[in-house]
Amino acid sequence: MNQEAIRDKLASRFGEDVIQAAKEFRAQFSVTVRPAGILNVSHFLKDDPELAFDFLSFVCAVDWYPNTPRFEVVYQLYSTRHNHRFRIRTILEDSASGPAAVDSVTPVWPTADWHERETAEMFGIKFRNHPDPRKLLLPDNWTVHPLRKDFPLEGTEEHTPDLPR
Amino acid sequence: MGIERHLNDTVHVTNLEWFVNWARKSSMWPLGFGLACCALEMIATFVSRYDLSRFGMEVARPSPRHADLMIVSGTASKKMIPAVRRIYEQMAEPRWVVAMGACACTGGIYRNYAVVQGIDRHLPVDVYIPGCPPRPEALLDGILQLHAKVLREQSLKNPRITQVKVAGT
Repeated sequence: MNQEAIRDKLASRFGEDVIQAAKEFRAQFSVTVRPAGILNVSHFLKDDPELAFDFLSFVCAVDWYPNTPRFEVVYQLYSTRHNHRFRIRTILEDSASGPAAVDSVTPVWPTADWHERETAEMFGIKFRNHPDPRKLLLPDNWTVHPLRKDFPLEGTEEHTPDLPR
Repeated sequence: MGIERHLNDTVHVTNLEWFVNWARKSSMWPLGFGLACCALEMIATFVSRYDLSRFGMEVARPSPRHADLMIVSGTASKKMIPAVRRIYEQMAEPRWVVAMGACACTGGIYRNYAVVQGIDRHLPVDVYIPGCPPRPEALLDGILQLHAKVLREQSLKNPRITQVKVAGT
């Protein structure tokens, strides 16, 4: 299926309460999904025989600081059966009750495990119901999220010490 | 000269300190470990083309307890530093440290939160070798400089300072 067809199929299956927007950039389409709908959309993308996105290439995030809403989590998908690709994203914001949060897609694609762990530590985004919510790369004692745009590149003695205190 | 001539040059007279230093520099035991891309140049230095065995030190030991020379070859990330310090503490004394490459010397291009800004924040470095990465000739030269340094040490009077440092001092 080509990119428009995938977008149209998604739009006809899910209403506007799930699909927020569809973007085109250089003949590549991506669909913005509301955070609450991410698991349903993921299941559909994987299980529908015409789509069959059985391979999650990558999960990452974008920090649009100082804009609000601030974060975007991006999922790059690939179908080994049909050899087509697609991209979905979801827009998040830190709230008063805690950090930006979205459901983990590990029930759909187990490979999301490490990708989400890295995204979580680097951006401070919480992935709900993640099976193993530890840090992946950073030292365990760090509490900062270095890929946030308001993080000082060189770190600080207080937050990124050479040695664990 | 002197007594040596009388004994048909079958003995050599020297002082004990020079002899100890000569023995130390003539058989250093490098530790076989690499942190980043500089390690590849270090490996090239060890094997036949550049042949570090010409200087009596071809056997890289996998165990720090059998080694007395640590070649810090590459970028030391902050997550790695506790392990590097521990390996250094396990090495046999007297022990020496060579900082190989821009990253080990100063952090190099990685002026960021994740990389230690110079291994000398933690270990007492004897020789710094600049380069990104240094060629095997540069590493060889650095090791020869270290040999020259060892020969000049007052090994019997002043014990070497071989403790890890408090970070940042």
